[in-house]
Amino acid sequence: MFCAGVYGFVTRKNMIAMLISLELMLNAVDINFVLFNRYLYPEQQEGMFFTLFAIAIAAAETALAIAIIINVFRSVKNINAAELTQMKN
Amino acid sequence: MELGSIIMYVIIAVSIVVFSVLTVTTRKILRSATFLLFTLFAAALLYFKLDYEFLGAVQIAVYAGGIVVLFVFSILLTSHPGDNSERLVSRRRFLGCVAAVATFAVTGWALIYRCGQAMASLSPMENPTIHEIGVKLMGSGEDGYLLPFEALSVLLLACIIGGVVVARKR
Repeated sequence: MFCAGVYGFVTRKNMIAMLISLELMLNAVDINFVLFNRYLYPEQQEGMFFTLFAIAIAAAETALAIAIIINVFRSVKNINAAELTQMKN
Repeated sequence: MELGSIIMYVIIAVSIVVFSVLTVTTRKILRSATFLLFTLFAAALLYFKLDYEFLGAVQIAVYAGGIVVLFVFSILLTSHPGDNSERLVSRRRFLGCVAAVATFAVTGWALIYRCGQAMASLSPMENPTIHEIGVKLMGSGEDGYLLPFEALSVLLLACIIGGVVVARKR
């Protein structure tokens, strides 16, 4: 899953597709946290809380990134990452 | 671990892998978002299977309920949903494959080298109740998470303000 995310992040050009790949990577890391917590240290719950915070931060980051993408689209009419060379027009 | 449980784990793992690969390889972006939704549901199912019920519920509520809807909205706002993305240049695809295989090698090596035998058995665990989670999340003592909780609330506030500032009409 993480590898799929890396692949998508490198190959895609659309910024929303890159964001989706980023979500995949974050989820893979979350699953790893939970699995290691469950199998190696089942009496503690650090991994679970870390995952909770990671989910919240990912949600915030996605909302902000989508706001930026929509704003960029409104001014440039284009969301291909390779063709966005200037931040201001 | 009995057989049915193993079969469930295998089904969940295979669906996670298949759907995540489909997410990055499909060419219609709306379809990609749908496959992302399936992947997130499979991850939530994995959390339920590992007895973290609260975490599974949070995963479904935040990811499947919030983030995927945001994605679908932004896709519909920024592109025509029927469009295919253009075919990948082979150099880009090769670069992506190299990066993916490299990360797979590193993570797989770390997994096998570090904790190959520890994964063999699932030790029993008390399912964390909502009460315990609340006490730990709000505790300021040895194992409390009050400080990151409050920092996260400030971060969310900053995110709200930033979103409004970025997206408002000029």
